[in-house]
Amino acid sequence: MHSSTLLIVLLGLMAFAYHFGRKRAISTAGGVARISTLHSLPAYYGLYAALWAGIPALLLMGLWIGFQNEILISIVKSELPPAILDGMSSGQIGLVVNDIKNLASGAIVSGAVTPEMQAAADRYTQLDHIARWAMWLAVLALAVGGMAYAWAKTKPTMRARNRVETIFMVILVIFSSIAILTTLGIILSVLFESLRFFQSVSPLDFFFGTLWSPQTALRADQVGASGAFGAVPLFTGTLMVSAIAMLVAVPIGLMSAIYLSEYAPRNVRAYAKPTLEVLAGVPTVVYGFFAALTVAPVIRELGMSMGLNVASESALAAGLVMGIMIIPFVSSLSEDVINAVPQAMRDGSYALGATQSETIRRVIIPAALPGIVGGILLAVSRAIGETMIVVMAAGLAANMTANPLDSVTTVTVQIVTLLTGDQEFDSPKTMAAFALGLTLFVVTLTLNVIALQIVRKYREQYE
Amino acid sequence: MSTTVDEMSRRTGAMSSAELAGERESRATVGDVTVANPRMVCRGVDVWYGAKQAIKGVSLDIGKNEVVSMIGPSGCGKSTFLRCLNRMNDTIDGCRVTGSIQLDGRDIYDKGLDPVPLRAQVGMVFQKPNPFPKSIYENVAYGPRIHGLTNNKAELDELVSASLQKAGLWNEVKDRLDQPGTGLSGGQQQRLCIARTIAVSPEVILMDEPCSALDPIATAIIEELIDELRANYSIAIVTHSMQQAARVSQRTAYFHLGDLIEVGETNQIFTNPKHRLTEDYITGRFG
Repeated sequence: MHSSTLLIVLLGLMAFAYHFGRKRAISTAGGVARISTLHSLPAYYGLYAALWAGIPALLLMGLWIGFQNEILISIVKSELPPAILDGMSSGQIGLVVNDIKNLASGAIVSGAVTPEMQAAADRYTQLDHIARWAMWLAVLALAVGGMAYAWAKTKPTMRARNRVETIFMVILVIFSSIAILTTLGIILSVLFESLRFFQSVSPLDFFFGTLWSPQTALRADQVGASGAFGAVPLFTGTLMVSAIAMLVAVPIGLMSAIYLSEYAPRNVRAYAKPTLEVLAGVPTVVYGFFAALTVAPVIRELGMSMGLNVASESALAAGLVMGIMIIPFVSSLSEDVINAVPQAMRDGSYALGATQSETIRRVIIPAALPGIVGGILLAVSRAIGETMIVVMAAGLAANMTANPLDSVTTVTVQIVTLLTGDQEFDSPKTMAAFALGLTLFVVTLTLNVIALQIVRKYREQYE
Repeated sequence: MSTTVDEMSRRTGAMSSAELAGERESRATVGDVTVANPRMVCRGVDVWYGAKQAIKGVSLDIGKNEVVSMIGPSGCGKSTFLRCLNRMNDTIDGCRVTGSIQLDGRDIYDKGLDPVPLRAQVGMVFQKPNPFPKSIYENVAYGPRIHGLTNNKAELDELVSASLQKAGLWNEVKDRLDQPGTGLSGGQQQRLCIARTIAVSPEVILMDEPCSALDPIATAIIEELIDELRANYSIAIVTHSMQQAARVSQRTAYFHLGDLIEVGETNQIFTNPKHRLTEDYITGRFG
C-alpha cells in the first residue's frame, strides 16, 4: 500500500466529487430546466466539491508523510531500555537510531545486532505498518468528509463561482510564498553563518584588514597556516575587474543602443539586435576559457613586446571579457529607455532645425539618462556577482594593486576556492565564504534597489 | 442625430465606390489657390506612403501675414500636407513627395537644399504640447543655442524673454524660468512650444491642431495669440474645429480624401461654399 497509490485514489475521488457536486447542484435547482436559478454554472459546484474533497486530504497526507518518521522514531526511542542510550552524545544516539531503521528495512548495520535493537527494529516495522493504514484511513475519511461538506453546502444560492475563485487565490498565494520563503531562508542561512564567522574573526579585521590568507591549521601542529581574513584585497580586486568591465561595456553598449534605436534602418536592426543578444546567451564558462586561453595570452604577448611585465592571469583580461559579456545587458536596457522617449520629443527638436545627432545629444540622452544610469547600475551588480570568468581568468593571488596587468582575485573567486573540495564546515575558513557572500549580496541588492528606483522614477515622467 | 434613408443615399452619392477605394484622378480645386504676395507656393504636390497616395496634386499658396486654415474629415491628408511644408515627412519611412513647394521662390525639395535649416525657417507646433524635459528657459533657448543665434548670455536672455513675451507666456513664468517646462499646464506648455518656435525667428509657423488637447479657455488664449502672430509670420493651421478656422484664419482650404476640394476667403467658405462636398462638411452632413 504505497502512498502514491493513495494519491491516485485521491485524484479518482476528486473526479468523482466533481461529477457528484455538479449533479447535486442540478438536482437542488430542480432539474436541468431550472439551471438558471443556480448562482453559478453547475461546473463550479462540481469544482467546489472536488477542491473540498482533494485539498484538505492532500494537505493532511503531506503533513503525515513529513512527520510520520519523526514520531515513530521518538516512540521507538522512548521504548528502548534506558541503559542503551545512557551517556551517549546526540551524534551517537543518531547512529543507533539509524541502525534501527536500517535493521528494519534490511540494510547493512554498523555494529553487532543486539536483541534489544532487533526488538526495536521489529517495533519500528510494526508501527510503520500501523501508521500507513492509519494514514490511508484518515486521508480518505477527510476526502469523503470534504465531499460531504460540499454536498451539504450546495444549494442554488451558494456562490460556488466566487468560492472557487477564493480557493484558487489561496493556492496561488501559497505557491508564491514558497518562492519568497525560499529566498528568505537563503538570506537567513547566509546571515547566521556569517554571524558565526564574525564570532571568530572580528568584523573590523574582515572589512578593513589588508591581508587575505584563509588557510587555517587543520591540526594543532601544522605550520605556516595562521589564517588572515582581511577582505580589502578582494574588494579592490572585484572593483578593478568590474571597473574594467564597465569601461568596455558602457561605451560600446550605449553607442550600439543609440545606433540601433535612432539610426539603424529597420532591416539592419532586425539582424543586429538578435546578433547582439546572442552575446548574452553564451554560457559564462565559455567566456571564462575564452578569457583564460585566448585573451590573457594575447595581452601578455602584447605587454611583453612593449616591455611590460604582465601576469598570465591579469585583471585586464578578465575585465575585458566580462565587459564583452555585459555589452548586451547595457545595450538592451539603454535601448529600451531611449525608445521610451516619446517621438514627440524628436519631432519637437527636428521642427526647430536640429540635426539627428544634436537631437540625440541634447534631448534624447538627457531625457533617457536616469534610465540609462539605472541600466548601468544593474550591469555593475551583474559584473560584481559574475563568477566563472574571474575564476578562470583572474587568478587567486590576493594582491592589493592598482595595476590592471597584475593578477588580482575577487570575492566570488575566493568563495569558490573556499568551498570547493573537502572542507570542514565549522572552521573560519569555510564560514568566511558566507561572510563574503553576505557582503556581495548586500552590495548587489543595494545597487539593484537604487537602479530599479531610478528606472521607475524615470518611467513615471512620461506617463 | 437620426440618419434618414435620404441622407444615407446622399452620403454614398457624395463618394462613389471608386472614390472610397481611393483610385481616381485628382480633382480640380474650386476657388483661387493663389494670393497676391505669397510666402510659400505649392504646385501639384503628391505624397505617397509606400504604395498608398495620401495627397493628390494639391496646389496652394500661403501668403505673407495671413493665417490659412486647413479643414476636412480625419484622414483627408491635411496634416500630411502640413508636414510637407517643413519636410517633417522626411523622418517617416517610405514617405515620398513630388511636385514643387517653394519658400520665397526656392524649391524646398531641391536636392541641394538641407532640410535641417529649412525647419528653422518653417517652424512647427504640434497637436500635443511637447516641451523638452528641461527648464522653461532651456526649452526656449534650445533653438537659438543650436543655430548660434546669439553671441553671449545677455543676448540669449533677451531673446528668451522676447520670445516668451510674444507667446504671451512671459508674465506667467518670468519668476520660474528655471523650473521644468513639463510642470506647466497644458495651455502654458503649448504657448511654451510656440515661444520655442518663435525663438529661431521662422518665416512660417505650421500648427497641427494646436488646441485639440486644450480646454476652451486655453484654446481662446492660443487663438488670440495666433491672431497677434499674424503681424510677423505666415501661419498654416490644421484644425478639426470649424469654429476655430472661422475665428483665426483669413483663408480656408477644405481637404477631402487627399484632394484639395475648395479654397477661398474664410468668410465665403463658411457662408457660401461653392463645392457640394465643402457644403456637406461644414453643414455637418458628414465628417
